[in-house]
Amino acid sequence: MDGSLALEIPQIFPEIALSVFGIAILLLDTFLPKSKRHAATGIALAAIALTAVFTLGLVGEDGTFFSGMIVVDGFSIFLRITFLVVGALTVLASSSYATRENLAVGEFQALVLFAIVGMNLMAASNELIMIFLGLETLSIASYILLGIKRSDAKSNEAALKYFLLGSFSSAFMLYGIALAYGATRTTNLEAIGREIAAGSAGMTLIYVAVGLLFVGFGFKVAVVPFHVWTPDVYEGAPTPISAFMSVGPKAAGFAVLVRVLMVAFPAAYAKWLGLVWLSAVLTMFVGNCVALVQSNIKRMLAYSSIAHAGYILVAVATRNQEGVAALLFYTLTYALMNIGAFTIVSLVSRQGDRKTYLDDYAGLGFKQPGLAAALSIFLLSLAGIPLTAGFAGKFFIFRAALESKFVWLAIIGVLNSAISVYYYLRVIVVMYMKEAPDDWSPVAMSSSAIAVIALSVLGILQFGIFPDMLISLARSSVIGYR
Amino acid sequence: MIPLGFYLVVSAILFSIGAYGFLIKRNIITLFMCIELMLNAVNLSFVAFARYYALLDGQVFVFFVMAVAAAEAAVGLGIIVALFRNRQTLNVDETNLMKW
Repeated sequence: MDGSLALEIPQIFPEIALSVFGIAILLLDTFLPKSKRHAATGIALAAIALTAVFTLGLVGEDGTFFSGMIVVDGFSIFLRITFLVVGALTVLASSSYATRENLAVGEFQALVLFAIVGMNLMAASNELIMIFLGLETLSIASYILLGIKRSDAKSNEAALKYFLLGSFSSAFMLYGIALAYGATRTTNLEAIGREIAAGSAGMTLIYVAVGLLFVGFGFKVAVVPFHVWTPDVYEGAPTPISAFMSVGPKAAGFAVLVRVLMVAFPAAYAKWLGLVWLSAVLTMFVGNCVALVQSNIKRMLAYSSIAHAGYILVAVATRNQEGVAALLFYTLTYALMNIGAFTIVSLVSRQGDRKTYLDDYAGLGFKQPGLAAALSIFLLSLAGIPLTAGFAGKFFIFRAALESKFVWLAIIGVLNSAISVYYYLRVIVVMYMKEAPDDWSPVAMSSSAIAVIALSVLGILQFGIFPDMLISLARSSVIGYR
Repeated sequence: MIPLGFYLVVSAILFSIGAYGFLIKRNIITLFMCIELMLNAVNLSFVAFARYYALLDGQVFVFFVMAVAAAEAAVGLGIIVALFRNRQTLNVDETNLMKW
């Protein structure tokens, strides 16, 4: 699609708006008196709402822009909306958290906006260069967010571990990009696909490149064997950021993985399928089995998020439109339930994130029934109990796997969901069957946290009882997906 | 003229040294240098390919990598300083508050 660059700018209005508002928040933070700095939350929400309007205005677009750098299609628009939902919930959940922990609200919200810019660019990139830039925009913002509690040694450690392993994996990904460039003389995904199909590329280099790219993306989405950083980082991070990290970068990483594997390397399908298959099985088993023995709820949710990455990998392995639609459905609904669960964890952990152990939930069902009921819904949805969105998501993924004749993947997936029920139910049992300790202090609620929890519960029930609407939206988004 | 293969082999060796160093070294600053070595090994590959094919995009990519590496260094050193203030150590084996 040719045209002058100025005419193409509306295609990246969402990213421009987020960046401008992010910078505005940083500037305001410097000039406003301390008592008014919480205005950053409102500005960030307004930015996200405005961006959503711009993004919805793009619905129906289908083409590549900026000399093939950016692709705007149903897939990228659906994901951009998913990231905005993730961002809005994170902004809301972190506003009261930042006040409680005495963090700089402005920097916090601005960095969340910059992270969304990175994720949006990843979802909309049609070039390995853009993927790299989007990924790094996201990563650098999340390094800072993880370490934003500067005086907290655990937060420092989480940031350091993610930083070191993240840049280590970026180096692998870059090497993969260099080799793909060497083999095909281009970094454009579609052009790479064409070169390989024409048979003019060295296949050995391509296989090595696919392997290295898988290492790079595997780190970001935390699949086994590249998952070791996950529990430490989620445990040490400020809790709303653990929530964000477990859904946002994961969805963005999967978006890139799907696009790269399907658009650039369909010819190497036979090779990468083996990688994805093995990694999916290992990820599901390791995530679920290690989660069984965790006593810290943040670590348990970290291993659970590893297991969920395994389910999503099953959708990647199917390589058909139904699988990609299931992936879109799953990433959005998973975002709702995980952010909801982490928000409650962040409330229950009290000031300083101290009470994050399973025993700290004893008696919550009697002391604060509403909170416990909401957490139960999130956990049941994560476990995939019917009438929740988690069940619908898993159903669509496993059905796509069966349709593509991946019977074993589907069986292993269902088996793993059964294992996972144990550790999710354990929290519910502790909440309702154990007495609260004598020194019980009530969990402080805030209106923004209540909004996050209510929205997540509504979304989970809505998409769980009536999944048709969202899945047909996801299906129509991937029509024509190559 | 030196053939393309030589550059690629040097680049692969540099990358492997960086990756090996990352795995065996214990000082955080050294780990950071190992990552930089890996990035520069990749840059060498890009430049070699770009020169060999007489295309410019490989060279442009190198600029992006360098700019991003600089941004990463700024944030990374900030994290390391914050960690050192709290822990008085730069040894990764001693940054072990969280373990499974």
